[in-house]
Amino acid sequence: MTDRLPGFSTLAVHAGAQPDPTTGARATPIYQTTSFVFNDADHAASLFGLQAFGNIYTRIGNPTNAVLEERVAALEGGTAGLAVASGHAAQLVVLQQLMKPGDEVIAARKLYGGSINQFTHAFKAFGWNVAWADPDEVSTFEQAVTPHTKAIFIESIANPAGSITDIEAIAAVARKAGVPLIVDNTLASPYLIKPIDHGADIVVHSATKFLGGHGNSLGGIIVDAGTFDWSKDNKYPMLSEPRPEYHGIRIQETFGNFAFAIACRVLGLRDLGPALSPFNAFMILTGIETLPLRMQKHCDNAKAVAEFLSGHPAVSAVNYAGLPSDRYNNLQRKYAPKGAGAVFTFSLKGGYDAGVNLVSNLKLFSHLANVGDTRSLVIHPASTTHSQLDDAAKVKSGAAPDVVRLSIGIEDKEDLIADLDQALRA
Amino acid sequence: MNHDAYDDNYIRSILNSVKSIAMVGASPVNVRPSYFAFKYLAQRGYDMIPVNPGHVGKTLMGKPFVASLADIGRPIDMIDIFRNSSHIMPVVEEALKLSPLPKVIWMQLGARDDAAAEKAEAAGLKVVMNRCPKIEYGRLSSEISWMGVNSRTLSAKRAPIPTQGMRLSLNRTSFGGGQTAASDRAAKNKTETS
Ligand SMILES: Cc1ncc(COP(=O)(O)O)c(C=O)c1O
Repeated sequence: MTDRLPGFSTLAVHAGAQPDPTTGARATPIYQTTSFVFNDADHAASLFGLQAFGNIYTRIGNPTNAVLEERVAALEGGTAGLAVASGHAAQLVVLQQLMKPGDEVIAARKLYGGSINQFTHAFKAFGWNVAWADPDEVSTFEQAVTPHTKAIFIESIANPAGSITDIEAIAAVARKAGVPLIVDNTLASPYLIKPIDHGADIVVHSATKFLGGHGNSLGGIIVDAGTFDWSKDNKYPMLSEPRPEYHGIRIQETFGNFAFAIACRVLGLRDLGPALSPFNAFMILTGIETLPLRMQKHCDNAKAVAEFLSGHPAVSAVNYAGLPSDRYNNLQRKYAPKGAGAVFTFSLKGGYDAGVNLVSNLKLFSHLANVGDTRSLVIHPASTTHSQLDDAAKVKSGAAPDVVRLSIGIEDKEDLIADLDQALRA
Repeated sequence: MNHDAYDDNYIRSILNSVKSIAMVGASPVNVRPSYFAFKYLAQRGYDMIPVNPGHVGKTLMGKPFVASLADIGRPIDMIDIFRNSSHIMPVVEEALKLSPLPKVIWMQLGARDDAAAEKAEAAGLKVVMNRCPKIEYGRLSSEISWMGVNSRTLSAKRAPIPTQGMRLSLNRTSFGGGQTAASDRAAKNKTETS
């Protein structure tokens, strides 16, 4: 029995999975079933009462999904994971454990446009208020803290501009405020950044992106770092107080350092319902097996493309943290030394119209609203993902009208550069 | 002995070697963590004895409650203490009067008393603090993986199908605790500041 830490690639292939108990199948089977039989009435009661490990109903848990959950928890260095239907579902389920009407979450202004919408409109309708802060000015997070603050939410690498967030500095603000730091690690993946090592208490993913990696399945993951003490005051009753839905169980007292993941499952997923299909879990798991290989290729290609664009006469600016001249280059060297990710933006001298033309002239890049695919993708955020923001908010979130966003795939970089070159000349 | 983070081999050797466990503070109320742990450990084949003076005359999973460790009247391998940190020392002192001595003192999740641990270790006992034996057994056997918990173990062997009373293999490859360093660190900081 060895007692050494397996490397990232070993965990990406093995963590959470083992040959199937009944058939010996080596690949994780797709347990495409809604429900699981009980051995007897006592077994059923134990499962419903959270007293036994096991499966009841796929909205609450599923063996295929469980492999994915443990795999991502292991890759992130957390205590437990929970798979849900999408990245947005992960954000919803996480905040439901923390927020009551009138509570506040402080969120980085640089977020995926869909998340800005979710926080601004959908969450607002629940009475969950958001205070926006500037991830480039940590003091704005400090200033936003009030007695109603329940959490801080940031992206490790921010969509769309690929800017790198100073996670440790913001984690210090969260610690001082006594609230958990939630990090959306979608664009970095744990291959590039492990937010828990930098002070995150909860990590969320849109597994739709690099984890799945092939643009074929939606999914979301929540990872519990096991670092936050939910019972030190009465701020988080979902975790610290007796739960009437479970005859008075206290979640943290019972589940210790993976209590948050359990709360998300048995109070969030069970009652809100955004379960992940086991088929999608299987697709995402298969994707994760090659995450380290793909992610490195994504980064290496992205750097080559960013270098090409920054020397191009039609381009006015390239925002890629992997370029030595970039304002985020120091943070990239600290947090993501293996690479700056594959999603970044650049601006065209020809402004909005040149952006629209570029998108239509590209032959290899797909024009669509996703990132983190094997294929290279392009989009004009101002008219799509970020279109619901006003112009000032667009600029603040890194999606000004002349900006084009790329998500660089794992094709041959020479072909990507040639395609961009012909489209910029056309 | 470092009680901030345990080597998996240490926990594994305890759970593989003990057969009888007296649970001090066991509750017959089926939403209490002690009830969960008692039931699970009984299902995994441990010889469980509930100890709680408030419930003498009742049974837990068919096992009669006893008032104190001294009332058990036979050798016990491990004492699992389901009491707050402030109530640990008297239980350890009582355990150290048993003959033969138990081999292990286990303090539940949230419970830690370093002085009591030192006393037990000086008498040759192994000590685990602030852990749940159910969670550790579930983790090392990977049975807890059903709940998406990071078992911090790997295995390329076929998983067992757990049945009533079945002991599971705990002999999987461990990560050596490194992967939840963040959570262990947080627990350590908490004990230092409280
Ligand atoms: C950084 C980030 N977070 C969250 C999401 C939302 O994820 P999903 O589309 O899986 O709900 C996205 C999707 O684009 C994203 O890029």
